[in-house]
Amino acid sequence: MSKPNATAVPTASRDIKTIVNATLKRRHAAERRFRWYGLLAISLGLIFVLLMFGNIIGKGYPAFWQSYIQLPIKFDAAILDPEGNRDPHAIENADYAALVRTGLRALFPNVEGRVELRALYALSSSDAPLELRQQVMAHPTLIGTEQEIWLLASATVDTFVKGNIDRQAEEDHRPIKDNQIGWIDQLQATGKLKQRFNTILFTSGDSREPEQAGIRGALMGSFYTLLVTFLLSFPVGVATAVYLEEFAPKNRWTDLIEVNINNLAAVPSIVFGLLGLAVFINFFGLPRSAPLVGGLVLSLMTLPVIIIAGRAALTSVPPSIREAALGMGASKLQMVGHHVLPLAMPGMLTGSIIGMARALGESAPLLMIGMVAFIVDVPKSFLDPSTVLPVQIYLWSDLPERAFVERTSAAIMVLLAFMILMNGLAIILRKRFERRW
Amino acid sequence: MSTTAIATDLGLKPAATAATASRSVSSVEVTDYDNRQTVGKIVVDNAKMICRGVNVYYGEKQAIKNVSLDIGANEVIAFIGPSGCGKSTFLRCLNRMNDTITTCRVTGQIKLDDDDVYDKSIDVVQLRARVGMVFQKPNPFPKSIYENVAYGPRIHGMVNTKAELDDLVRDSLERAGLIKEVEKRLNEPGTSLSGGQQQRLCIARAIAVHPEVILMDEPCSALDPIATAKIEELIDELRENYTIVIVTHSMQQAARVSQRTAYFHLGDLIEIGETDQIFTNPKHKLTEDYITGRFG
Ligand SMILES: Nc1ncnc2c1ncn2[C@@H]1O[C@H](COP(=O)(O)OP(=O)(O)O)[C@@H](O)[C@H]1O
Ligand SMILES: [Mg+2]
Repeated sequence: MSKPNATAVPTASRDIKTIVNATLKRRHAAERRFRWYGLLAISLGLIFVLLMFGNIIGKGYPAFWQSYIQLPIKFDAAILDPEGNRDPHAIENADYAALVRTGLRALFPNVEGRVELRALYALSSSDAPLELRQQVMAHPTLIGTEQEIWLLASATVDTFVKGNIDRQAEEDHRPIKDNQIGWIDQLQATGKLKQRFNTILFTSGDSREPEQAGIRGALMGSFYTLLVTFLLSFPVGVATAVYLEEFAPKNRWTDLIEVNINNLAAVPSIVFGLLGLAVFINFFGLPRSAPLVGGLVLSLMTLPVIIIAGRAALTSVPPSIREAALGMGASKLQMVGHHVLPLAMPGMLTGSIIGMARALGESAPLLMIGMVAFIVDVPKSFLDPSTVLPVQIYLWSDLPERAFVERTSAAIMVLLAFMILMNGLAIILRKRFERRW
Repeated sequence: MSTTAIATDLGLKPAATAATASRSVSSVEVTDYDNRQTVGKIVVDNAKMICRGVNVYYGEKQAIKNVSLDIGANEVIAFIGPSGCGKSTFLRCLNRMNDTITTCRVTGQIKLDDDDVYDKSIDVVQLRARVGMVFQKPNPFPKSIYENVAYGPRIHGMVNTKAELDDLVRDSLERAGLIKEVEKRLNEPGTSLSGGQQQRLCIARAIAVHPEVILMDEPCSALDPIATAKIEELIDELRENYTIVIVTHSMQQAARVSQRTAYFHLGDLIEIGETDQIFTNPKHKLTEDYITGRFG
């Protein structure tokens, strides 16, 4: 080593110190800036999520309550059972609307004139007579008695009570008239008009009358559709993943299949709907609007997701486990069946649940196969015409009545709840069965 | 370092050391590095496995070049050599574990007793039941200790009743020297054991199907010295009933457990012979360089 070099060392080290110090400030600043950008991005995202949830919940939660009016109902034997022989057929076809009308008149005895009376009768829902019939059919002993009964109010009353109709607006511009407002105020003052939990939302199918419309039909439709989807796509998807990953020879054909499966996962869902319409309905002649067809279509969409997730789960099983099994003299199928598949199953289930959650939220392909019809009856099988939750939301969102606006948001809340539930399940599965080896 | 010094290091019998003491340091017979002809006696009297002209290719690349050797019944034979020389590759030919690698191709003949291992009529399932394997990294199944050992007998249908299976599991664990440690926790996962215990569990799992040959690929390389000593002791005991082929990167281990040693170099079998002789009196310059630590 030469002498000048030895003396140069201290200066060089002082140099490097100042040089680094000069850049250090910039580097720290860049880092701080980057953190701020990140924080900003996350806050923005959070704000939008909160806005969305706030909006939906704010609009939707009133739908879980519904106005009921307590009426004194006289189960008049002369109307219900004129023959006096308790003939079920006669009881079933009796004029229950008359009972409701009498009840309303009993509350407001001073109302007179056809126009006024019609306005009074409009306070009660057209569902009220049906409800009374049900009660009488179930308990014929009611006949001849007089009972205070809570009956569904009309959607207009409900909307008004929830404060969604401006009392100050001109009478011609609002669906509820001055005299009706007077009666409602009177009913509320005497505690005969109340908000109760809206069970109808969960127990009935769609209806033209908002106060009678529920999501039961759409929920059952979604259930049947997803059941078909799961029963088809899970076994087929798992089998395909296992075959491709463990058994298939690696050649041009399997490469081609692999590329196609990956592409299939990226195909817009409406295309699957068109395919379903052409193949399942037009060619195979399966019924339109049926959960069976919906399930078939959604299977096509979910399959690639399950296959891809399944293959990823299979490859994550360490090769040492495979070697151990093969080394013991296990056949390939035994190796897969006894060791690889059980270890990959949580991952496969996680992928499938996420695929199913996606299928649950899907509406476009189902529109194509006619699951968009107005269906009142709750489907009871895979072949009954039905709709699904997202399509029900779409249908309701199109309707002008204020009561349907809140129901739309309520249905979205239910859909979101199911989504969160399914994704939560996937996370729990992943955490619970996460293995370290 | 002289071979004599190595020999004393390894604790070989004094007689063997004495025999070579008079020889000069490089008294090897083959000094030509390019000569890859196998030196030493490849044939034994009571051969369990016979390999002749074995070549192994990974795609275009040849990993084993024309290797011939016998594996005697109830002997422990060690494969040594620098890493990448093909020890594992050759070992895995013996129970056709190489079949799982699609690019791998094997030519030549390997016989187990009178059966040709690579014959079409031989099913690998049967072969691997007869030729068991213990891997480098302990790889128990993520199941209970009991299930690990019971797996082989179950899939091969070796037992008919639960009681028979219980006995077989206990017996295997006993012979693997593990029973005292796990007696009370047979239902705990095999992965909860220590590394050395896991490896002995893998040995118990292998011997539960009563194989004829046990292949071990660097079974102690992931273990501490005490666990290693236990495994080596176990190998010595198992020799009574099984033929054992062990790959090791530790020359001391080869010297301690084996009766014969084969030295591989870049796919060639360079030298094979009695372990004592290989370590005290190698006949090939490459072998000598390796055991004296000049490379490897
Ligand atoms: N699966 C494989 N594919 C391609 N080449 C391989 C594979 N396994 C091993 N080899 C190659 O074969 C040679 C021998 O490897 P190996 O038998 O593992 O050596 P060793 O066990 O003696 O360290 C090495 O050059 C290695 O790169
Ligand atoms: Mg190796």
